[in-house]
Amino acid sequence: MSGWHTDDKQLRTVKIRRAESETERVKTLCFEDKLCASAEPGQFVMLWVPGVDEIPLSLSSVNGDLVSVTVKEVGEGTRALNKMKRGEVVGVRGPFGTHYKIAGKTALVVGGGIGTAPLMLLVQRLLEAKVKTTVVEGAKTRSGLLFTKQLAKMGEQADLKVVFTTDDGSHGVKGLATDAAEKILSAGQVNCVYACGNEPMTLKVYRLAQRYGVHLQASLERYMFCAIGVCGSCVIGKYRVCKDGPVFSQNQLKEVEDELGKVRRDQKGEKLPF
Amino acid sequence: MVDADGIRVELAGLHLRNPTVLASGILGISADSLKEVACAGAGAVTTKSIGLEPREGYTNPTVIQVEDGLLNALGLPNPGIGKFSEEIRKLEDLEVPLVVSVYGYSAEEYSEVAKVAAESGASAVELNLSCPHAKGAGAEIGHDPKKVGEVVKAVKGRVKVPVFAKLTSSVADVAALARAAASAGADAVTAINTVKAMAIDVETARPILSNRMGGLSGGAIKPVAVRCVYEIFEAVNVPVVGCGGVRTWRDAAEFMLAGASAVQIGSAVAYEDLAVFKSVTTGIAEYLKEKGFGSVKEVVGLAHRR
Repeated sequence: MSGWHTDDKQLRTVKIRRAESETERVKTLCFEDKLCASAEPGQFVMLWVPGVDEIPLSLSSVNGDLVSVTVKEVGEGTRALNKMKRGEVVGVRGPFGTHYKIAGKTALVVGGGIGTAPLMLLVQRLLEAKVKTTVVEGAKTRSGLLFTKQLAKMGEQADLKVVFTTDDGSHGVKGLATDAAEKILSAGQVNCVYACGNEPMTLKVYRLAQRYGVHLQASLERYMFCAIGVCGSCVIGKYRVCKDGPVFSQNQLKEVEDELGKVRRDQKGEKLPF
Repeated sequence: MVDADGIRVELAGLHLRNPTVLASGILGISADSLKEVACAGAGAVTTKSIGLEPREGYTNPTVIQVEDGLLNALGLPNPGIGKFSEEIRKLEDLEVPLVVSVYGYSAEEYSEVAKVAAESGASAVELNLSCPHAKGAGAEIGHDPKKVGEVVKAVKGRVKVPVFAKLTSSVADVAALARAAASAGADAVTAINTVKAMAIDVETARPILSNRMGGLSGGAIKPVAVRCVYEIFEAVNVPVVGCGGVRTWRDAAEFMLAGASAVQIGSAVAYEDLAVFKSVTTGIAEYLKEKGFGSVKEVVGLAHRR
């Protein structure tokens, strides 16, 4: 009989090894953790900022035992996290949830702003698997685009095409990431679309994938307490984002179409429009 | 022989297809997730504890793993009975009984929430007289037999559906709480809730839960829960629902032998997922067959023989 214990659920404390600014409000924090290093793209961890909050974050990179999360300041917890310096201690639980799976020889990766973070680890794996990959990253303005240099660098040495879009045209193509994605899909070469961004964007990508008959894997986000499938705070339809997700297939998303990109639940469990 | 009928349970007027019940606090925040648990095989499902007003719950960390179980201080997050009654209404065609867990800060509040829950379609209400981490509610009311009696009486006066009283183990005499509940008209008693507990991170020298203290659940509390069920079974004539560390059919059987007519399952979902309801049910059926019993009823309280 196994005990009431799994290693991933156990809180560990780790030291921040590196803290680098990506943009004014986004930072990448690196720490060493063997379990996190075994994570697949799209999986997430719960990061405890002692005395402040605990936040769900997808892993943005894995290099040996060193992993990273990329954090955008959106509230008290993320603000405190982004103020942390090298050597300071955070708690970590995880990695949790489902992950992106490599499917087919040609991939389209669509990221919206901070949603690009988990996709960076995916792109790394796609390129390692020699999948022909196009990344579309969209943001409102130039300052919202992440990993621009890193993606450009990755493109130099691998079969990777990168398209940036901004709503105001301050960088790359003017318009929405989904418009650029549609152009690529209409050319008919893509086997699988991978998406992560705000949910209205994900809903658009979902509809595009349906229209063009390609597979979709998309990561969703919900308010989360436990991250281990018991508290129910992160439910969308019959699914728990922490356990059945965060990465969902197109068929799964079809089952929650009523809610996808339209409603979510707040901390109290009350439904709110997006 | 044990067949599908042998595993059925009659609990305070409710008909359960098997003795496994989803414990309150686990997943029960939406109609869809409760349906999913029923679909996975639970004999009945219990909602999260619902109050009169919405409650946000506490800041994370709210749930962590500790030795042999989980420690949580979610802080009763819920949208309030007004909004939640919409979820209850969506469960009209649920295949199993729906128990709505109710909390309040006074007997009047409990009874008001229970009334709306029953009107919206609850098969039964379970009074949360035992949450260890909500100031002014739960165990703060439920540690006093007199207050337990007052709450049960007030609720019984306003609803016709069965009323379960969920009790705390953190008292000197849990049987006294059960007697107070039963003599005030409770149709069943659930024992136990999580046990007030705490964990401190030695690296940062801080309590891990944002609320500092929370409730312990899982394997760690099973012997405490079994003892409480055993004592309560001797003290009252109403059925007892066992709760605390049920993960396998053996755990469930132990509770039944102590006097539980049904068992609630909660934290085990983190380890076995929703398959736990079927595996416990199947195991209990096999146990009954192996031992030559024809129904769950025949083993309830069997360990009391001397």
